[in-house]
Amino acid sequence: MTSTTTTVWSPAPVAHPRQRTVSLLRAEWTKMRTVRSTMWTLVAMTIITVGISMIAGSTIANRWNTFSVIQRLTFDPTRVSLRGLLFSQLIIGVLGVLVMSAEYGTGTIRATLAAVPRRPRVLAAKAAVFFAVAVVAGEVLAFSGFLVGQALLVSPAPHAVLSQPNVLRAVAGGGLVVAVLGLFALGLATIIRHSAGAITAYVGVLLVAPIILQSLPSSIGQPILKFMPFTISDTMTSVVSNGNDAFSPWVGLLVLAGYAIAALVIGGWLLNRRDA
Amino acid sequence: MIDVRGVTKRFKDTVAVDSLSFEVPTGVVTGFLGPNGSGKSTTMRIIMGLDHADSGEAVINGVPYHQLAQPLREVGALLEAKAIHPGRTAFNHLWYLAQTNDIARRRVSEVIELVGLTQVAHKRVGKFSLGMGQRLGIAAALLGDPGTLLFDEPINGLDPEGILWVRNLLKGLAAEGRTVFVSSHLMSEMALTADHLVVIGRGRLISTGSVSDFITTNANQYVRVRTPRTDELAGLLVAQGARVQREDDGSLAVSDLSAEQIGVTCGNAGIFLYELSPQSASLEEAFMEMTRESVDYHGHRVDEDVATSTSGK
Repeated sequence: MTSTTTTVWSPAPVAHPRQRTVSLLRAEWTKMRTVRSTMWTLVAMTIITVGISMIAGSTIANRWNTFSVIQRLTFDPTRVSLRGLLFSQLIIGVLGVLVMSAEYGTGTIRATLAAVPRRPRVLAAKAAVFFAVAVVAGEVLAFSGFLVGQALLVSPAPHAVLSQPNVLRAVAGGGLVVAVLGLFALGLATIIRHSAGAITAYVGVLLVAPIILQSLPSSIGQPILKFMPFTISDTMTSVVSNGNDAFSPWVGLLVLAGYAIAALVIGGWLLNRRDA
Repeated sequence: MIDVRGVTKRFKDTVAVDSLSFEVPTGVVTGFLGPNGSGKSTTMRIIMGLDHADSGEAVINGVPYHQLAQPLREVGALLEAKAIHPGRTAFNHLWYLAQTNDIARRRVSEVIELVGLTQVAHKRVGKFSLGMGQRLGIAAALLGDPGTLLFDEPINGLDPEGILWVRNLLKGLAAEGRTVFVSSHLMSEMALTADHLVVIGRGRLISTGSVSDFITTNANQYVRVRTPRTDELAGLLVAQGARVQREDDGSLAVSDLSAEQIGVTCGNAGIFLYELSPQSASLEEAFMEMTRESVDYHGHRVDEDVATSTSGK
């Protein structure tokens, strides 16, 4: 052990270049891949999402003969095979929350902000890296869920192929919904700063709010219901219309993106304002 | 150089830092001394741009922290030991920090070696002891080879060998011409490590200056005198402008007069002396005396508490 640094520091001031965006992105990627929770969350997400699609596909194939004429006519094999994405949405939300709240929970945020004092840049880099991971995860799971689900929808049940109208949109769009919702969760965590609180808020918006809205008189509940991520996701992943009042798939995705951006902007403003 | 200019910070009803101004010079170790809760950590967080001051500002080499282009290459800090994700390894914690400031990967291994953590570099931080956490925090501070260093209570949790190591490290860094600012609530530790002192209490500046000045100004010095003719000598010394206090054991505590002057006085008056010994109170006592008024949390003596409770307050 030596008592001083090995390099001799020269007191002459050096003009350092400004911190580069690519450096911040690399650092956020290092942070994300060097904790175990990231890997385990993605593994859990894969098992549950593909598993649910498998169960949904095989169950319907077995019961097809008991379906009524109406059920057969409105059957949407694409939507059935993407049912598992609801769980992807839940789990990506947990990951999005943890990526931010773990910094607060462990105190790492102070090391991070000392290294990058321009705080909105930290949030932007973190959101960008997380979104890239979430898009890849969402798309991989949407496509694998779809393909596995269709493979199990054996005759006499009909199955879908990607070349049919709107099927590719439903699958690819379903993956994007997962990624955008994850980003929304990251924004919530930036505002709330506690894992449990942020996850509760996210699950509240994703699952609890639609249940409450459905129990209200439809004149009150229905107009709000179309803004719910649950409804928007369902429209995106459906090929056969279910006749509900809803945004068109891409407009719905823009609404979700609006939630994510709003949460991130408010979170970024608070991050800048609050003491770390 | 760190320059704190009229910084005030409030948390709800309490004023943590109250119009605090001081300078931390280059090339020496500056001790930041104050009782627990006196605002030392808050002041350091304000210098680091982590907490926002309600008024005033803190600058490093004339620049506010958030304007530093590559902050880790200019300022390194140990603010809290173990404020690190427990699931990440020591190496990866330092590596992500290095990446933000374009610091080479080689430097990460170098600082790990420097603080003696090479054996555990790829172990998860959650398994580290408090002392190892401190060493990792010090490694993070040194990462960018910065000219300004802040350490908040760096010896907490360290064993005696570790304390000695930190002491030498701080002195070595200052000797290289860096600005070294280290907080502590232990005057005795600062007397050994620091050259310069900034003393605060309840968020206010109490004293600033060199350690040697602090000692001569604040260490209460007096001469202990024992003689069979106590009253007579006391009268003679008071006549020469000394302050004389009679102790319980019959000796005199004489201040404002040197031992030599007292000896001469006794000789001239033909008074026998049994004892003539200069005394100086410890620095710790001087520090406690100085900050007594400004300690937020202090233990009461039992008899004080009894007196207070029986008087019905």
